[in-house]
Amino acid sequence: MRRSTPIVIVAAAATLVASGCTSDKPTTTATQSQNPGASQASATQAPATGTGEQSKFFVQADYDAQLAMRTKTAQGPADKPWEQAIDPQMVGTSKYKKSGSIHLCFSNAAVNNPWRQVGWKNMQAEVGLHKEIAKFTALDAEGKDDKQISDIAELTGKGCDALIVSPNTTATLTPAVKAACEKVPVIVFDRGVETDCPVSFINPIGGYAFGADGAEFLVEQVPAGGKVLALRILPGVDVLETRWSAAKVTFDNSKLQVVGVEFTDGDAAKTKSIVSDYIQRHGKIDGVWMDAGATAVAAIEAFEDAGLPVPPIVGEDQQDFLQKWKQNNLTAVAPTYPTYQWRTPVIAALKILKGEEVPKAWKLPQPKITSENLGKYLQPNMPPLHYALCGCESLPGFPESWGGKK
Amino acid sequence: MKYAIFVVLALLLAAIAVANPFILEPAGFLAFVKRAAPLVILAAGQYFVIVSGEFDLSVGSLVTVEVVVAARLIDGNEAATWPVLALLIALGLLVGLVNGVVTALLRVPSFITTLGMMLILSGAVFLWTGGAPRGALSQSFRVFGRDTLWAVLITLAVGAAAVLLTRATYGRTLIATGDNERAAALSGVRVARARILAFVISGLAAAIAGIMLGGFAGVSAQVGQGLEFSAITAVVLGGVALGGGRGSVVAAMGGALTLEAMFTLLNLYGISGALEYTVQGVIIVAAVAAGAVQLPRLFITPRKGDAHAS
Amino acid sequence: MSEKVGGRLSLGFRPAQVVFLALLAVVAIGAIVGGGEFLTLETVVGIQQRSAALGIVAVGQTLAILAGSLDLSVAVLISLTSLVAAEIMQTGDVAGGIAAALAVSAVVGLVNGVVITKLKVHAFIATLGMTLVIKGVLDHLYDGPAGRVPDSFQHLGYDRIGPIPVSAMLWACVALACWFVLTRTRMGYQVYAVGGDVEVARLSGVRTDRVVIVTHVLCSLCAGIAGLLLASRLGAGAPTVGTDGGYDLESIAAVVLGGTALAGGKGGVGGTVGGVLLLAVLDSLFNLLEVDSFFKDVVRGVVIVAAVVIYVRRRKS
Repeated sequence: MRRSTPIVIVAAAATLVASGCTSDKPTTTATQSQNPGASQASATQAPATGTGEQSKFFVQADYDAQLAMRTKTAQGPADKPWEQAIDPQMVGTSKYKKSGSIHLCFSNAAVNNPWRQVGWKNMQAEVGLHKEIAKFTALDAEGKDDKQISDIAELTGKGCDALIVSPNTTATLTPAVKAACEKVPVIVFDRGVETDCPVSFINPIGGYAFGADGAEFLVEQVPAGGKVLALRILPGVDVLETRWSAAKVTFDNSKLQVVGVEFTDGDAAKTKSIVSDYIQRHGKIDGVWMDAGATAVAAIEAFEDAGLPVPPIVGEDQQDFLQKWKQNNLTAVAPTYPTYQWRTPVIAALKILKGEEVPKAWKLPQPKITSENLGKYLQPNMPPLHYALCGCESLPGFPESWGGKK
Repeated sequence: MKYAIFVVLALLLAAIAVANPFILEPAGFLAFVKRAAPLVILAAGQYFVIVSGEFDLSVGSLVTVEVVVAARLIDGNEAATWPVLALLIALGLLVGLVNGVVTALLRVPSFITTLGMMLILSGAVFLWTGGAPRGALSQSFRVFGRDTLWAVLITLAVGAAAVLLTRATYGRTLIATGDNERAAALSGVRVARARILAFVISGLAAAIAGIMLGGFAGVSAQVGQGLEFSAITAVVLGGVALGGGRGSVVAAMGGALTLEAMFTLLNLYGISGALEYTVQGVIIVAAVAAGAVQLPRLFITPRKGDAHAS
Repeated sequence: MSEKVGGRLSLGFRPAQVVFLALLAVVAIGAIVGGGEFLTLETVVGIQQRSAALGIVAVGQTLAILAGSLDLSVAVLISLTSLVAAEIMQTGDVAGGIAAALAVSAVVGLVNGVVITKLKVHAFIATLGMTLVIKGVLDHLYDGPAGRVPDSFQHLGYDRIGPIPVSAMLWACVALACWFVLTRTRMGYQVYAVGGDVEVARLSGVRTDRVVIVTHVLCSLCAGIAGLLLASRLGAGAPTVGTDGGYDLESIAAVVLGGTALAGGKGGVGGTVGGVLLLAVLDSLFNLLEVDSFFKDVVRGVVIVAAVVIYVRRRKS
């Protein structure tokens, strides 16, 4: 029997080949920008200030556009930033119009960090608000590109009326999204893909604005010649590279001295050690820039433990940082990448299925927290790693579902 | 020869001192010890498991669990600190006990037992907290890892306890178990009990390391990530043979200090962040190769004697 | 007494059979709970697509483990080969890309094997060291997906014949090849001998070092094939595709779940295939039930340990 098994398989395979071969691969072959911005990278060569070479992810046009967007007024209800859009170019969606109950699907890259956790809860609560969504199917790719490709293929065959995708990486998910576009209306949010086939792509202004917000604050607050330490999580992640490349441009055009650019892996203990080492080596550090706020508190503590005043610092909208800021009356700023963007795709999907126009590129406002509006975002009843800009305060189940106390 | 690792450590510290003389001052050196403390403690615990011929891959996620549980239960309330500390220690002991019983009595290879435990722990704790850490640690909890004096004292205490334990009958029993299980059993050693205790010690060490790491850097969802590999690497750098039966706990802790010194040094000389891993990999393999001429290789499994006998 | 309990638990089946029974049971549960939704074409294709890469790696890992070794470096090697292949294929040279990826894998496997046997470094440390070395090189050279595979090569990752994807066929071929080597050749016999007892094997004239080196080369080649498959799926090479996928520990878990003894010498490829499928079908069941990903981890952990508890009982009786 053992010997015959392979033969049977081969025979079966041969029959199947004869009976017709199928491919789930998208038919379109052209890929427009394989290496975004490589040609632009040299556009901003500036005097060296210890910031190193510009990232190959840097695209001057996107940078300019994002920085300009920061001062524009978004359209839509001011008290619901997740429904607002900056410079929307509307597209018609009447061909997707559908009546009756809705089956909404979602391919999620991962829920492996607090930012995605908060966002995911926002999305689930948003879905709960709409009775017309009869079924909501979500698959979690657990941070694996390959799994997400299969997840998307599987979801498109499940009779979804619309598919929301939060891609794990940009380039590698593009073919899968293209294939899905041929079958259902697709809405992409957070990270983009290299195709414009999705009906709408939703995200806040973006990484350049985030990075520049923090760097400009330091340029304002730190005296000329001051030593700045830049802390990044890890290289190669597009949404983080843009943050740093924008900050680099700002620093290069300033009189600040960037004494180090270090990677922390997002690890609090490593962050604290790195900052302590820099304090030892340079005597003092006059400003700290970070590309994400998760380890900001650890950086602050490194100064406290060294018995030094905390210099101007850039964090993010996590509660532990905001609390420390308030408590110690820090000189700080918190650019944000709001988690309320997880509500928008659900709203967009419903609009599309009603045949209403949606922005092709739905740019959400991206506020920054300053000492003036700190009080508004500080929520002592929420967990330390909760993101303040969740836009979830009025959703059912708040605050308990987000881990907060009444 | 047994303590060759300390020569390497001294060389590394000297190299650090060239770039940063601060480490030669008492405050600088103590700060270094404080930073290394959690890894030193984990290595001490891992030593007992490895010398008995087993692995403990669950310590990294156990550290995460300890920190996340502490934050949720203490929730910023100073009064809750001591009861929670007691609970954390108990939790560490319990996890070690389960690892030990499944490995020693149910005869599951420890690599699998503790790999399973790693998945279970990291899944369970975030299932409990809804995905991300909640609550906050109290100041009196954080002092153990944050205050240099406390951190150094705890490390010394753990080190002393570990040395005493290896000098006691138990230490010799354990080495005999790891060296040749059948021979040990025949000469009256209660092999299973010795192994279970080794896992319990490792669990306890992970609990202490978790308390110190939470103290050092605060609440984080990935505080323990990769620590199991660092701890095993440290022990092996200290010349302890994987497969069991050989090595000293002092050298294992020396291995942890050496590993930490290596991180500091690579950081200090700014070896391109990325190639740091490459250097680390080469050093580790070279160090083991240099010391391994007569040591057993692969999975030496004294247990096979049993399987054949039955 | 405990042996009797174990015997009853597994009803007298061999480990490899137990895992397929468990697989059937999970499919049955899925069919009952999910009805038609569980056994749709998309789900069946999805299960195979998701498990093909892990399956190929796990088959290679089976060889290393059977010989009493193990390989933690497969995950980074997958990333490396996906990049090597995609970078070369960008120039249009598909065959060159495949050849280079496999050559790189073979060299890595050779180094692993030599370090383990000649330098007498424990496999755990040797392959952990190799992991760090490759990771450093990857991080140094790449900061994101790179290269591009031509459309012709993407057929490997996306085409299917009826309900069976080409990737699954590739996996089947790799598994059959390894099964053949293990059960029908002298080499296979020697692998079991070395894994069973190195000293006895050596005394009976087996060149044990060579056997271990060959299994490591084969194991790395399998990782290389998985890297090629993933490059085809992703359309590019990616420096974190292997580690994100957790192929190192998951492949070891799948092998053990399939009834191969971690100490070596007992088990086979068939069980491993069952182990990988079991993990994938469980995953699909979880998807269907929309189980929280943290709960999935807990169940996976319990399943792996429980399986080994049962197998150990079986072997003893």
